[in-house]
Parts: sequence; structure tokens; C-alpha cells
Amino acid sequence: MAPRPRGATEPAAQRELLSAGDVARTIARMAHQVIEKTALGAEQEPPPVLLGIPTRGTPLAARLAARITEFSGVDVPAGALDVTLYRDDLRRRPTRPLEQTQVPGTGIDDRVVVLVDDVLFSGRTIRAALDALRDHGRPRSVQLAVLVDRGHRELPIRADYVGKNVPTSRSEDVSVRLAEVDGHDAVLLRAGREDAR
Amino acid sequence: MRHLLTTEGLAADDATALLDTADELKRTLLGREVRKLPTLRGRTVVTMFYENSTRTRVSFEIAGKWMSADVINVSASGSSVGKGESLRDTALTLAAAGADCVIARHPASGAAHRLAGWLAEAGTSVVNAGDGTHEHPTQALLDAATLRERLGGLKDRRIAIVGDVLHSRVARSNVHLLATLGAEVVLVAPPTLLPVGVRSWPVTVSHDLDAELPALDAVMMLRVQAERMHGAFFPSAREYSIAYGLNEARLRLLPEDAVVLHPGPMLRGMEIGSAVADAPRSAITEQVRNGVHVRMAVLYHLLAGDGADRD
Repeated sequence: MAPRPRGATEPAAQRELLSAGDVARTIARMAHQVIEKTALGAEQEPPPVLLGIPTRGTPLAARLAARITEFSGVDVPAGALDVTLYRDDLRRRPTRPLEQTQVPGTGIDDRVVVLVDDVLFSGRTIRAALDALRDHGRPRSVQLAVLVDRGHRELPIRADYVGKNVPTSRSEDVSVRLAEVDGHDAVLLRAGREDAR
Repeated sequence: MRHLLTTEGLAADDATALLDTADELKRTLLGREVRKLPTLRGRTVVTMFYENSTRTRVSFEIAGKWMSADVINVSASGSSVGKGESLRDTALTLAAAGADCVIARHPASGAAHRLAGWLAEAGTSVVNAGDGTHEHPTQALLDAATLRERLGGLKDRRIAIVGDVLHSRVARSNVHLLATLGAEVVLVAPPTLLPVGVRSWPVTVSHDLDAELPALDAVMMLRVQAERMHGAFFPSAREYSIAYGLNEARLRLLPEDAVVLHPGPMLRGMEIGSAVADAPRSAITEQVRNGVHVRMAVLYHLLAGDGADRD
């Protein structure tokens, strides 16, 4: 298996699932859902803490937090949680560089934590994130927000907020592009990749 | 990476990757209740020390334990080394017993290289924790991590290494690593404490500490290694201290934001004044703290992956 950087480009047939406008509208809709589900603005209810999983979960969490603040008027802390050190496939791949972890100063104890990632696939990243969270504190509850759910779960994990459900085959590749990382927003579906993760 | 034996020949990209990993580990462990990562669960790390050590061995042990590796300590006294077992046989025994990584300190220069050769077949990684007067790569990495943190970067920073360069593996490792990372290195020492061949190193050489101090971003003081000295290298300890010791008067010659480093163990009053060692611009305890994160990063890069990116 040749290692391939996430989101590397290759000349294969690809289809746009979400345009830049769709991405913005989807995040706005998810923000409303988070506000509703976490009863944001209610008395004695501290706002949730959004933790993005690098690489693209981090800017997604920041955008989602900004939208939530815009719609509800409540400041929502956002940060990043790198799960590399908790992955179960470290020994199957060359050494991975670590990404940034930035837990907001509020901490996560007794807060609702919303994990944010770009694509939900096997669920193994989220499993690692739950382990990582446990070492940072004890949240009151943990929820999951993903821009795209492409199916093929290998663990009993589901998302609380889904931007778009996309039925895929394992050989396909869902690629989320975000302006902060890639220069533009889009979600692409590429066909026929041999080494599905 | 398979082994970490020297900083000489360590590519800038690899060195930077190690330092970046150390930074992230430091950040992720900051303020945590549980300082334990599951990353190296099931891996066995053996420290094999044929020379005395406090901070290196302890920080390697803590580094391994914080990453959930099983860490076992072997020292020359109290092991079969005392019965006359060779370094090779001891190492092969440790590998056969299941060590994934051997961290070795030995009084002979080149010992870590020989170990890596002997253990190639077993697939055991070797980390050089100091071999004679040759190299001590993790010390140089933790010094670089500390300087990066304090100075914001190493490119074009002017750093003096002062004292017993001849016997110092710390100096050798630092010269190569700092030069690789783009710093200007000045060696300041009496002529008797400079090695033959120093002219071929990527450094400038000076014998006048006072003249160098005002232009420095950092100064690294070295311990005078009496245990390796078989002969007269300077007239007296007092005279050495007057010419090359970093006292309070000299500290005032340094720029306001310059950093003072010492790899330890310090001889207070000899190469470094007691008040200087405890001054705010001294980064000596930070060096020790960073040592744990740097050694975690080294173990991570050597042991966490599938080995496909190994040499």
C-alpha cells in the first residue's frame, strides 16, 4: 500500500457532491441543529465545546462555532483534538506526523463536547478521539458532527449531526476541500481507488 | 527512522520533524490530568547504561512510560556485564528477550554504531544516549527544542558552545544539529580543549569569551569533564573559571534576551556561576523538561510506525 497524503489529487473521474455554496449552507444548517439539540441559550446550560479533528475538522469546527455564535449570540469555544497518538493503525503505516491539539481554556469537564470531522467512514478516527478525550477530562456528553457520512462503519458509532449522507462504495474516495487548507470549498467523490483505507 | 545514532548526517527535515513532534507532544500533555498516551502499548524499550546518568536515563524512562511502552533499565553494575559479558552479547540477549529498542550509553565512542550493526538482524532500534566523547543526539535535540522555543527559531541565530569541547559529546552533537538547522555556531575554548580537526567543523573558533558574548543569541556552557582528562589541559580550575566561566559580570555582557544553556550536570562555581544558573534567562530546567518530550518524539518516530520509512 503506497502511503498517500489525505486529499492528494489524482487524474480520476470525479463528481462534485457539494459546491462551495452548498458547504456554507450545510454548515449553517448544522449550526441550527446544534443550537436546538444542545438547548443553547437556556439558563444554567454552559455552551458546548467544539473540537475539530485535524486536518479539516479543525477549520470546520471553527466555522461551525462562528455560525452558532452568529445565530444564537452565545460564544462557543472551538479547538482541535489530534487523535494520531490514539489510532489503532499506527503500526500499519509509516510514522505519521502529529497535528495540533488545542483544547479551549474552558476545558471539557462537565461540558457537552461536539467532535467535528469532515468525513465519517469506518468510525475508527472517532473511536480514537473518544479515547483521546478521556485523557483530557470528563465531558458531560459527547456528540459528533460530520460534513459527510459516507457509510461503511466498522464500529458502533453514529453521528448526531450530518451535513450530507452519501452512499459510496469502498473503492470510492470522498474528498472534502476547505478554503483554510485547500484554497477553496468543495466536496468531491472520486471513483475507483484501489487502496481504500 | 530506524536508529538515532548521531546528529551528524541527520537531515534537516528529519530533525525538524522530530522537534515538531516534540512540540505537539508537549502541547497535548500540557495541563492534563492523565499524562499517558497509548501510542507505544506493547513495545519494549531497554535502557542500557554503562556510564552514570541521572537526567538522560530518567527522562528516557519517563518518555517511554508516558507513551505506554514497557521500560526496563539495565546498568553495567548489577547486570552480567560485571561478570565479563561483552557489549555485543548483552545487546543480543536483550534483543532476544524481546526489546524493540535499546537505548545505550557507553564510555567508548562508536559503541552505538556497533550495537546498531549487531542488532540489525533482530530489527531492534538503537538510540545513542551518549557514546564516549563522540555524540549525544537527544541532548542536542532537546537543546534545539529549548532554543527554538525561547528564540522563536534557529535560522541565523548565533550560538556559542563554551568550555571542554574536546571531551564533549554534547558539543559535537550540537555543532552538527545547530548547523543543519541554520544557526551560526561559535566554539569558545582554550586551545588545549579543542579537538584536532575542529577546522573542518561547520563552526568558527574563538578563545576569547568576553569578545563573543555581546553578539550571541544563546550561550551553552559545558562541564569540564575531569573524569576523561588524563593530563594537564589548563593550569588550574580557578584559572579556567576566570577565563571561561560564565559569572554574573559576564552575564551582563550578553544581550538582554540571550539564553543560557547547560546540559548538566553543572559544576556551580566552575564553568557557571550559581546565580547565573538560577537566573531567569537560564533555560536549564526547561532543557530537562523538554528532554522528556524530545525523547518521546524519538521513540514515537522509531517505534510507532510500520517501519516502511526506515532506512
